[in-house]
Amino acid sequence: MALISCENLSLAYEGKTIVSDINFKVSKGDYLCIAGENGSGKTTLMKALLGLKKPASGKIIFGDGLTKKDIGYLPQQTEIQRDFPASVKEIVLSGFVGKSGLRPFYSKKEKSSAEKNMEILGIKDFGKKCYRELSGGQQQRVLLARALCATEKLLILDEPVAGLDPVVTGEMYSLIESLNKKHGITVVMVSHDISETLKYASHVLHIGNTPLFYGTSGDYLKSPVCKTFTGQTGKGDDTK
Amino acid sequence: MTAFETLKNYLSYDFVIFAIIVGILVSLCAALLGVSLVLKRYSMIGDGLSHVAFGAMAVAAVLKVTPMYFALPVTVLAAVLLLRAGRNTKIKGDAAIAVISVGAMAAGYLIMNIFSTNANVSGDVCTTLFGSTSILTLSRDDVIMCTVLAAAVIIIYVLFYNKLFAVTFDEAFTAATGTKASLYNLLLAVVTAVVIVLAMNLVGALLISALIIFPALSSMRLFKSFFKVIISSAVIAVVCSVIGIFVSVIYDTPVGSTIVMADAAVFALSAAVSALSGKSSA
Repeated sequence: MALISCENLSLAYEGKTIVSDINFKVSKGDYLCIAGENGSGKTTLMKALLGLKKPASGKIIFGDGLTKKDIGYLPQQTEIQRDFPASVKEIVLSGFVGKSGLRPFYSKKEKSSAEKNMEILGIKDFGKKCYRELSGGQQQRVLLARALCATEKLLILDEPVAGLDPVVTGEMYSLIESLNKKHGITVVMVSHDISETLKYASHVLHIGNTPLFYGTSGDYLKSPVCKTFTGQTGKGDDTK
Repeated sequence: MTAFETLKNYLSYDFVIFAIIVGILVSLCAALLGVSLVLKRYSMIGDGLSHVAFGAMAVAAVLKVTPMYFALPVTVLAAVLLLRAGRNTKIKGDAAIAVISVGAMAAGYLIMNIFSTNANVSGDVCTTLFGSTSILTLSRDDVIMCTVLAAAVIIIYVLFYNKLFAVTFDEAFTAATGTKASLYNLLLAVVTAVVIVLAMNLVGALLISALIIFPALSSMRLFKSFFKVIISSAVIAVVCSVIGIFVSVIYDTPVGSTIVMADAAVFALSAAVSALSGKSSA
């Protein structure tokens, strides 16, 4: 059974339907990219997957023993976080907040897996550093390490490279790829940078203008949706 | 008599000891919550709630009920409403706070005037707003009630410290990974309301925001981890309160304003230190 199945899902914002008839499945080990123009409902769909927003109609079914507490989420940075006085370690540990339930303190095991996750993301030595003094790329790694604390199964990433320079963007993408390939974590990523993500994603869900597209990356490249979209944004690469 | 001897002399009185106990407890609670409130951009909620508490105290005075028993539930209710309003897209959070706080202030003053039991209405208002000397007239019961409530606040804070940190840093993440973030926001608002009603005895309605905001802001400039910020803001708040009470007793100045001035001085100092050491928080 798939980790997530969406059946005839419709999403509305303040009573207005943004996108309807979404059907797709995410299986273990997939790397799904959710693409679409700004305002097409990508973020709303992601919030629905995270359970932060109720679907207008249709169903989101979790399978394979996936529960809400098994989802790691990398949100976009908020204004509040930019000048937040917290150490990297405190933030990474807070990834366990869902799993710790009513237990007031984090366990030794959680602390050591937080260390491990920081090592995976190459921020092992940053533990005592202050979050607000890190570069944008380093901050993203911290938030990704926190997301890893929350999950061993599924990461949901919201525009993970927004605001990063090209070099750091490349590093971020290969980090995510290694989490997917080496650590077997399923990835669902929202992105408008489709031409770049197509190099890594196994599946694409394109929402916004109908007809919607859902399929493997290979099929997506041949589809008319892809041609118009990548053509429109000027980021297309015809040789792919 | 030297200032030290005067102080020693005063310390033999119960009312000074009571004032110090209540002062330490209230400022400790205010400082703990202050960090989360400031970081969540909720500083103004403290201010708004203090005005609500003022209105509620006025009503309580007219109804001749113990102010605390009436003001506490009313302020908690207002806290819940304000937090809801923050999510309402029709009235923005800050406007909602302004509406409630100005409305409650006006209603409170009006009620105090119409049903005044005392010839000196402006004196009453001044006491409620600025706390005047009320902290020096606490009864043993006041102190016990304050201690119990403060202990509850501190225990709740310690038990839910990790949750409150997560909710303060990133509400969306916390909610998405299966924690009821809105519940902890509610907890924060309710506990804030309790602390504000408590603090009205100490510094009066107008100066409570200062007690909540100053120690947090000072600590945020100096420290780099949330835990250190919390500890430092508790220490700053307690030290400033004790200094403020001593100074006000010796030099006969208003307690509330003196404490706030001590907090403001520490803030200026910490801003200077952080600017000089080049680790500005901005």
